[in-house]
Amino acid sequence: MAKITYLHPNGTATVVDVQAPNTVMRGAKLHNIDGIEAQCGGSAQCGTCHVYVDEDSTVPLPPMDSVEDDVLYGTACPRRESSRLSCQLPVSEEIDGLVVRLPEAQS
Amino acid sequence: MAPRGVVVVGAGQGGLDTVAALRAKGYGGPVTLVGEEPVLPYQRPPLSKGFLTGAVARGELTLRTESFFEAQDIALVSGDRAQHIEVERQRVRLASGGTLGYDKLVLATGSRPRTLPVPGMDLSGVLTLRTLADAEALRTLLDGPPRQVVVLGAGFVGLELASTARVLGHDVTVVEAQRRVLARALTPQMSQWLAERHAQQGVRLLLGQEVTALHGTAAGEVAVVRLRDGRRLPADLVVVGVGALPNTQLAAEAGLLVGDGVVVDRWLRTDDRSVYAIGDCARFPSTRLGRHIRLESVQNASDQARCVAAAICGESAPYTAVPWFWSEQYALRLQMAGLTAGHDETVTVGDPDGARFSVLCFREGRLTGVESMGRPADHGIARRLLSSDTGPSPAETRAPGFDLKSYAMKPSSTVPAPA
Repeated sequence: MAKITYLHPNGTATVVDVQAPNTVMRGAKLHNIDGIEAQCGGSAQCGTCHVYVDEDSTVPLPPMDSVEDDVLYGTACPRRESSRLSCQLPVSEEIDGLVVRLPEAQS
Repeated sequence: MAPRGVVVVGAGQGGLDTVAALRAKGYGGPVTLVGEEPVLPYQRPPLSKGFLTGAVARGELTLRTESFFEAQDIALVSGDRAQHIEVERQRVRLASGGTLGYDKLVLATGSRPRTLPVPGMDLSGVLTLRTLADAEALRTLLDGPPRQVVVLGAGFVGLELASTARVLGHDVTVVEAQRRVLARALTPQMSQWLAERHAQQGVRLLLGQEVTALHGTAAGEVAVVRLRDGRRLPADLVVVGVGALPNTQLAAEAGLLVGDGVVVDRWLRTDDRSVYAIGDCARFPSTRLGRHIRLESVQNASDQARCVAAAICGESAPYTAVPWFWSEQYALRLQMAGLTAGHDETVTVGDPDGARFSVLCFREGRLTGVESMGRPADHGIARRLLSSDTGPSPAETRAPGFDLKSYAMKPSSTVPAPA
């Protein structure tokens, strides 16, 4: 179980508990958090679950592979240093306290 | 008078995304989702791939849990069927006998597999793939000793099944009436390339061949697939993947305008202003092609769902999303953006030998569609270029070393900042 904070573009935050073996993407879907589309269901095809990991975050995340890296070139909002696909971020106790920012648009 | 709310018929991707988007947008009236299958809404794309190999577990297919529907105050009616729509009285009669009144009705009834008008289609061991129950039946058959599998149809479902069955060690033959695989969906270049990969994996492709009959054993099990040229293929499992038909019966019986699909306008409204149709079952005007089309894809269902939810919440914008699609066969990653039909020129960039290349399709010098194999960056960039109707000219893309990634990163590039 991990507590994950989703920051909306309007400045509000939604904090939810997400269980393993879900991903940060699925956590948002399960709680109907607007701003994550995940049209491909989590297979790193579509780039519509793009998030920006909060700059101050010290939570350890898995490194990105070349497919995730490539998919991030096509996101609707600009890619930044902190960009990740939330479907590629598995939930575990290690990421408890993660804060991600939702982009203005996903598609 | 209290609002009667929104009723959505069909609990596939489009239906589910409609109800979720209504709540995410703050819709406060009653919301009901009616689904024929007695299960929670689930993802279909893995049914022809990972679910059959065991890479994707049953639980991972479920799109939302029970608690989601409770928390969002969405009434989920599963295992029941909308039987009749009374458009004048704005209500839906269910097979179970109940009725649901609506202010707005969304038809997301999807499509069903086409069958072939040949003898023997009712033999045991002849399957189609659409639902989870279909996939479970297929999984049982593929999860055993090697079989002689004949796949009818070299479309996406057929080729994904061929690759899955091959990976699981079965003997696989694909029979296709067209002269090339995915003839309607892919350019000849990509089609040819993909056919070669299947052949390398040991799949027998019989193109330009028609099935005339299926023959069975005395026990009623399929045994032989007979072709127009007289050939007889031994088969103990036949999977039929020859396209899909839109489920329009409910709409037609209600008197709504139906062609190949429920006909809707740019706002996805049927000819009854209280009724919308989305996803596989909807025939909508494509601004890109200048005619009505029907698309069978998760993207189309999902984007149309959000468009309709926005319309119901009072934000009226026509549907203009760039179509995109993906397919996984073996370890290959095929992605398509835009529409490649009607192109008059193509340029291939990248390395086909290394399974990393894209085919760019142009019509009258304008980029209209991109097929990518193992080039996810090209795919994403193509979607952005197509949505803003910008992009390189054919001449630019022919320059040595051209690639979409560098093109999109150039400061002088015409790729606009997202709105």
